[in-house]
Amino acid sequence: MTALLVAVGGAVGAVLRYLLDGWVQRRHDSPFPWGTLTVNVIGSLVLGVLAGAAIYGHGPAELQATLGVGLCGALTTFSTFGYDTARLFSERAPLYAVANVSVSVLAGLGAAAAGMLLAAAVWSRFVE
Amino acid sequence: MARASRAVRDDDTQAFDQARRQARDARRSRRRWDVLLVVGLGGAIGSLLRFAVSEALPHDAGQFPWSTLLVNVVGCVAIGALLVMITETAIPHRLLRPFVAVGVLGGLTTFSTYAVDAVDLARAGHPRLAVLYLVGTVLVCLAAVLAGAVGARRIVVQ
Repeated sequence: MTALLVAVGGAVGAVLRYLLDGWVQRRHDSPFPWGTLTVNVIGSLVLGVLAGAAIYGHGPAELQATLGVGLCGALTTFSTFGYDTARLFSERAPLYAVANVSVSVLAGLGAAAAGMLLAAAVWSRFVE
Repeated sequence: MARASRAVRDDDTQAFDQARRQARDARRSRRRWDVLLVVGLGGAIGSLLRFAVSEALPHDAGQFPWSTLLVNVVGCVAIGALLVMITETAIPHRLLRPFVAVGVLGGLTTFSTYAVDAVDLARAGHPRLAVLYLVGTVLVCLAAVLAGAVGARRIVVQ
């Protein structure tokens, strides 16, 4: 049952990434992978909220499997991020490559932490 | 008389153009739908693989997330190899890249779990391990993309 929820969430997440990545990238005439950055930051924020909710005893296992493991896992990608960074290095755009790594890691980390703090602010009230 | 026949011809031309436009639009929307279908199917397969690895190598929040690192490294080797094969060999099937690169490998690898893993490590009192994990994953995955690309190029050239 959990596997089925993961698969459904994963299918939806991958399609959302494909559409959102294309939509964002079409609006930027730049070799910088804005689309991948966008999906990775959004997914990290949502997973942060889910992880925070789980800490406070909210967010049932089914929801975590569907939205956390499936949707957020598939909405975000490390393979495209890694490939884009390597491509920028090989296209002699090392500044873009370094910027992609720093911005993605810091923004993803910040989004995950912000999501957890948001969840803590919301659900700690219900716990009290 | 001449005017009437021209009017008929114009009508014919318009009808023909319209039919052609409709056929083209139908072709385009079919194309779009089959791409979305294989992306979704690949995403489901990749996510299931990632889930299986995380079940086989479980870690609590605050423990080093080996399973996340493993799926990300494997996905990076594979995308490096795949995109070399796609760009440097014969004409690939147009659904190959959406299915494998966008779907399966995008679903297998994850950035959100990587980010939350790092916050969990820091929260559990291991901030240095969190930084090591953040930087280490990026370096290992970049090396993995290159290794996949170099390996595939060697095979393709032979």
